Amino acid sequence: MLDLRQYNSLGEALRAALERWPDESCLIEADRDRENARLSYRQFKEQALPLASALQSAGLQDGSRAAIIMTNQSKWLISAYAIFFCGGVLVPLDYKLSAAEQLQLLAHSHAEFLVIEYHLWRALTQSKQFDNLKARTVLVTEAPASAELAGAHRWDDFRAAGEPTFIPRKRSDAACIVYSSGTGGRPKGCVLTHENYLEQCVALTSLYPFWPGVRYLSVLPTNHAIDFMVGFIGPFTCGATVVHLRTLRPEFIREAFTKYKITYMALVPMVLKNLERGLRQRFADLPPGKRKLLNALIATNRALTRRRPHLKISRALLPQVHKAFGGELRALFVGGAFTEPETLQFFYDLGIPVGNGYGCTEAGTVITVNDLKPFRGDTVGKPLPGMEVKITNPGAEGIGEVTVRSRTLMSHYLDDPEMTADTIVDGWLLTGDLGRLDSSGHLQLFGRKKNMIVTEEGKNIYPEDIETYFAGLPAKEFCVFAANYLWPARTMVGEQLVLVLHLEIAQEITEALVREVAERNRRLLNYKRISGYLAWDRDFPLTASLKIKRAELAEQIRQNRDRSAVVPL
Amino acid sequence: MNTIDKTTDEVLRLAAEHFKVQRDQLSPGDDFFKKLGINSLQALDLLTRIEQHFQIELPDYELQGVSDFRTLAQRIQSRL
Repeated sequence: MLDLRQYNSLGEALRAALERWPDESCLIEADRDRENARLSYRQFKEQALPLASALQSAGLQDGSRAAIIMTNQSKWLISAYAIFFCGGVLVPLDYKLSAAEQLQLLAHSHAEFLVIEYHLWRALTQSKQFDNLKARTVLVTEAPASAELAGAHRWDDFRAAGEPTFIPRKRSDAACIVYSSGTGGRPKGCVLTHENYLEQCVALTSLYPFWPGVRYLSVLPTNHAIDFMVGFIGPFTCGATVVHLRTLRPEFIREAFTKYKITYMALVPMVLKNLERGLRQRFADLPPGKRKLLNALIATNRALTRRRPHLKISRALLPQVHKAFGGELRALFVGGAFTEPETLQFFYDLGIPVGNGYGCTEAGTVITVNDLKPFRGDTVGKPLPGMEVKITNPGAEGIGEVTVRSRTLMSHYLDDPEMTADTIVDGWLLTGDLGRLDSSGHLQLFGRKKNMIVTEEGKNIYPEDIETYFAGLPAKEFCVFAANYLWPARTMVGEQLVLVLHLEIAQEITEALVREVAERNRRLLNYKRISGYLAWDRDFPLTASLKIKRAELAEQIRQNRDRSAVVPL
Repeated sequence: MNTIDKTTDEVLRLAAEHFKVQRDQLSPGDDFFKKLGINSLQALDLLTRIEQHFQIELPDYELQGVSDFRTLAQRIQSRL
């Protein structure tokens, strides 16, 4: 791989990679069983530079903010490189957010440029808040020939002749603004520097190396911190190939493994669990004799790989299983949410190690990951090289808040010094997660200190963001909490949100009110919904500026109600 | 040409078959995630079944923000 210590910015490192491996395969874009694009590093450069040139002509310069809202595909990476080449700051936004949410984050980030897929652009233009869009140059991909683009340019046509000028950036300059949440009241725009990414890349690839010939299957959206690192920066700076698959349908994921001989893939627990379910079903359908033999081979593999993975042995013992994954798979990465140890062990016993990790955007993606020396399914692994992890205020069992110090920590939250000061104290990031470091340095997680949930799809949901959807509810006041914040639980699965309702005097919970709550809840994306409501009979404690004192209210609820008081919706 | 009512009815029938529930337990306005107890990947499975039936192709993003059968049927109808 490139020696990333020599480079000051992502643009510089990526530019060097394009020069270093011109003939290596760089990108493959598959859509179901079709192949949309296949590019070498040279061809990638040939597509990106005229785009960079046009962006420069349109005024993109060092520090200009440029957003991308796209599903995972080759044009995402080409656009991102063109932005970095011009010295721009990338704002990768979640394409799964609603148009109103995307417009809110575009406004918050002050993005002057926007690259977006046509169907998402159409949704933005139809939004009531569309007039708030300030981006002066919008590039739309995949627009039908007859489409009306509301002043936007076609991505494919937005090219300029002549060499663009490479704009150098300092390591401490902002590379990306990544929103870890905050589509409600207070957007959390994590400003990550070039140094954050370069350091993270060095640390990750020291444990899970890429090289020319390695093929990484990308199904997570590239705006997702994990895919941005292991599906773009990591493989590119090592001359590896990224295979984009533009669907999450299990049948096409299975096909991609064998068709493209995939080496690595990152996924969220829900997709991993789905793969596990499919395999278990196939094993259960085997005739009894074959099933017995398979179980014996799995047990043998488990015994032989107890200390560390032995790919050759596993592939020889379980050839059919490995053939189904293309025969080249070295590891899966899972993160973004809690994964059950049984699932991790299931894959490890088949000879498919899962690099189970833990991290957050504020820490520059990954904090800990399983180094497989030996594999352990009961932890989220050890801190990455260069990452200091400390448990603050540990209780009798050694469990306390996980705090982190590293060169990968974000610079700050965009335009929010107060939240930054609350989150990074004396150089240590307070993660809000509860954990314990065991004697071998592995981190185990035990729940959350903060008021938020993470879904099995890896989505962080902050209750404050949900409250805006209940604004105007006929009640004196209301508040949304993570159930495990109200009643601490030592688990990170099945997390739920609860709506606390305080009604007016003489007001009662009526069918009509419950219907309205349910109706508003349905307007939320399915993973953001509250699971029940709790009737509360006292005024909420408020600050001088009339904000709810959430911690104090939670404490009052904790002392006066238990979980059984929550009425499911 | 299918009418939206007919398409909705077909979607309900396919969902009932796919997830092995009684057809009369499902209504057009039902939230399929909640009613069928499924996650987004399982919903994609249903989408594949629907594509085969209607002989159309629905990109994954067509399911984005859709959680009831009626809206799903509208997305299908627009591609018939």
